Amino acid sequence: MIDPLSVFLLLLAAATPILFAALGELVVERAGVLNLGVEGMMITGALAGFAAAYVTGSPFAGFLAAALAGAAIAMLFAALTQILLANQVASGLALTLFGLGLAALFGKPLEGIKAPAMMPGPLRINWIVWLGLVMAPLVWWFLNRSRTGLILRGVGENHDAAHALGYPVHAIRIAAIGFGGAMAGVGGAFISIATVLQWTEGMTAGAGWIALAIVVFSNWTAPGVLAGAWLFGGVTVLQLRLQAAGIRVPVQLLSMAPYLATIIVLVLISARQKYSRRAGRAAPGSLGQNFHALR
Amino acid sequence: MIRLVPRDQTSAAWQIATPLLAVLATMIAGGLLFAIMGYDPLAAIRTIFWDPLFGPAAGYSRPQLLVKAAPLILIASGLAVGFRAGIWNIGAEGQYIIGGITGAAVALAAYPAEGMWIFPAMVLAGALGGWAWGMIPALLRNWFGASEILVSLMLVYVAQRVAAWMAFGPMKNPEGYGFPGSRNLQQYPAASNPELIAGTGAHWGVVAAAAAVLAIWFLMSRHIRGFHIRAAGLAPRAARFAGVRPETLVAFCLGLSGAFAGMAGLFEVAGPAGQITDKLGTGYGFTAIIVAFLGRLHPVGILLAGLLLALTYIGGELAQLTLQLPAATVQVFQGMLLFFLLGFDLLTRFRIARRIAA
Repeated sequence: MIDPLSVFLLLLAAATPILFAALGELVVERAGVLNLGVEGMMITGALAGFAAAYVTGSPFAGFLAAALAGAAIAMLFAALTQILLANQVASGLALTLFGLGLAALFGKPLEGIKAPAMMPGPLRINWIVWLGLVMAPLVWWFLNRSRTGLILRGVGENHDAAHALGYPVHAIRIAAIGFGGAMAGVGGAFISIATVLQWTEGMTAGAGWIALAIVVFSNWTAPGVLAGAWLFGGVTVLQLRLQAAGIRVPVQLLSMAPYLATIIVLVLISARQKYSRRAGRAAPGSLGQNFHALR
Repeated sequence: MIRLVPRDQTSAAWQIATPLLAVLATMIAGGLLFAIMGYDPLAAIRTIFWDPLFGPAAGYSRPQLLVKAAPLILIASGLAVGFRAGIWNIGAEGQYIIGGITGAAVALAAYPAEGMWIFPAMVLAGALGGWAWGMIPALLRNWFGASEILVSLMLVYVAQRVAAWMAFGPMKNPEGYGFPGSRNLQQYPAASNPELIAGTGAHWGVVAAAAAVLAIWFLMSRHIRGFHIRAAGLAPRAARFAGVRPETLVAFCLGLSGAFAGMAGLFEVAGPAGQITDKLGTGYGFTAIIVAFLGRLHPVGILLAGLLLALTYIGGELAQLTLQLPAATVQVFQGMLLFFLLGFDLLTRFRIARRIAA
């Protein structure tokens, strides 16, 4: 018998890393910046969080360290794209390649160590899962109801107009990139500290890229991100259940499911954005473009 | 205070100087990293960049240069064409893996037949496999507007699992005592991709890489399609008014880079790797992105950049043996290189001027 509640709890846990990373990237993209380095920031957070949790014995110190490390490495991207005005696609890729390498380099001595146990939160659900569920409405509120969020969206929609109104485009974008890095770091640390319970090289396995796809899927809204993360969590849990049930499909083919589901969802939503008259253009107007003030 | 003034045209001198500056900066930053990690920075840099070519064991490592450079140059040549047009194929790693599998499939199906036709058929099958894998993101973008960046990248993870499935399932060597992995093509003369001239490391992949460099030079500077690609990259709207169909370019660029990556995968499987395993993808597809950028998306640049990054691979392996440097050092080096390159790129597009008080 499959208990629906336990499946839902598994789904929540499987969705959490993606939820954090995608909420962070949502804010970054609403500020007009396309950061393809999510995977690199997640793996950095996974390593830094695991190391800090192991050294201090406190998983919460681990998550804090992961947020700091994610934000710190995101600053490399911020410096490249906001100060040195480098291409955002290439800089994001560089961040991912660099993050994966750096984590592999410094993670070697931590292989085979077990993570410290974590106290479950209310209803025996992990505290970080709760935090993710709180962050989704918070990000929605920030983007749609706060003054700062309005300015941030203005910067992302039309950076020239925002600049003309006197808003510091680069400073706002750097802050958003830092927030995105911290969120990706926490998401990555959830994998190492709360799910796998140890450090292995390349353990984020494309979660950062899936998060990027989910931001597109969400139509750049926080509720959409939550729905996308849960959809992804559902596919993951289903795939693991089918593996455990011993169905006669090779494991390697079953484990493709999350990636194939991401492609299918991306195609469906892109088609809707392309062909539907009602949906209109959802992506922020200045997404992926650098800003340089001549005056 | 200083300010940045955009140049009317990108500076040709800085175009050449910035990759060199980036390499220099990477060596310095890498040296600092080694010092922090407790290694002798000078010895580490010398081991990575000098010893593979001129050190005591250079006789062994020098041929490896072409072995590693060939797939990088071949893949980067294809990628550079798309990058020129703003079409981002970042899933070359997946196309490389699928090309290796489809190419090897021909050999495994023909086994143990002998014949001159087998190897060319494998190369063709590898190119077709990579082309088909590259066409998936192309068609999904053209038909539905799905981002080719995300789709091509997702397909890397799918391809890795296809390789694992093949190695443990359909392509497993029936005489392999139950171990995963296909038959070793190095032991199947009609299908193997051997060293052509002893001591050089040159196999058919090196020939193909050289041909690819020539081909994209011709395409980009002598052919109307290359002109369209450059136009679409510099001024997409103007290109569209001039009758360049973006859909055609997307399909062409992703298909071409996929085919090149697929061929690279086949040459690797039939040569240095020898068999299909779950570790078929070794990251050439991602490193080739760095090669394309470091080479300024220019054929000659890609040739040099491919050799340089091949050197970091070999030097990294050497440093692993002699200095016990971790294997991931090379990856960090390559990431740093791209960072510095993108940072210094500022100088090609902007002039630094002193701010005059208003």
